[in-house]
Amino acid sequence: MKDLSLHILDIAQNSITAKATLIQIAIVEDTVADTYTITITDNGYGIPPDMLARVTDPYTTSRTTRKVGLGIPLFKQNAERTGGGLTITSEVGKGTVLTAGFVHSNIDRPALGDIAGVVVILVSANPSIDFVYTHVVNQQSYVFDTREVREALDGIPLNEPSVIPLLKEMIAANLEELQIG
Amino acid sequence: MAKVKSLADLKKMKEQLQSKVDLREKGEDPESRVQVKVAMATCGIASGAKTVMDYFLEELDKRSIDAVVTQTGCMGYCYAEPTIEVKLPGQEPVVIGYVDVKKADEIIEKYIKNGELVDGIIPMNYNTIDNQ
Repeated sequence: MKDLSLHILDIAQNSITAKATLIQIAIVEDTVADTYTITITDNGYGIPPDMLARVTDPYTTSRTTRKVGLGIPLFKQNAERTGGGLTITSEVGKGTVLTAGFVHSNIDRPALGDIAGVVVILVSANPSIDFVYTHVVNQQSYVFDTREVREALDGIPLNEPSVIPLLKEMIAANLEELQIG
Repeated sequence: MAKVKSLADLKKMKEQLQSKVDLREKGEDPESRVQVKVAMATCGIASGAKTVMDYFLEELDKRSIDAVVTQTGCMGYCYAEPTIEVKLPGQEPVVIGYVDVKKADEIIEKYIKNGELVDGIIPMNYNTIDNQ
């Protein structure tokens, strides 16, 4: 993965596969404590305990098309490389929470990349799922919530081709103001 | 066009957007639209599926092709990522591997516009005379 936004895109696919109807992506930057935390929370069908114990093993996957599952291991590797780590908690029937912690100032922390593009791709490819993207930088924050966007658009589908670039523009403009690191 | 920055800005654009939706809905049936699915599992994303999907979202709209761009999982052709599946109205879907921006342009111009097959097709669901 070239950047953190691609990891987020990748992990969110797991939530989509788990039939989640609400996926929350949160990035919290704290330059004082020097932490950069990415949390992905879903209300999908959860991971059973025996599987949960093995999910960071690259030879674990629920797929049948191939025998390896590298999404979580690669994300974990990147987090650990900065002195951080990755944890997953899950409850069957309730959902899953994945947290990847990075050291903010560490040179090995990959750039965030095109997060606005990633959020928009997720929204446009899964119009029936709600997404909440929160980005906090110290005391300031921006929240993008498809439930609010749906209300504002009043019946216009989120995957309408002319809506997609507007959403991307909106997220990018707000993140720019937030001065994300 | 003014920059959209808040939900209020988005609301202001509603009428304009609604007219585009109405125009599209006259051709109702989703089967009559071109469907592009980009494989987006770890393997696809790592090899550039996001760039390819961005390109399709942008270019199909720009070139006024009525299409649905969505994503799918790993089809087992990790070596050939990014892979995409294109379904033209009334036809069998075609899976194409090693798609980058250049290839995507070729797919739009040749296959989607003219139905002309391009290199790189993965024979996932083809029929020979024997097994038909």
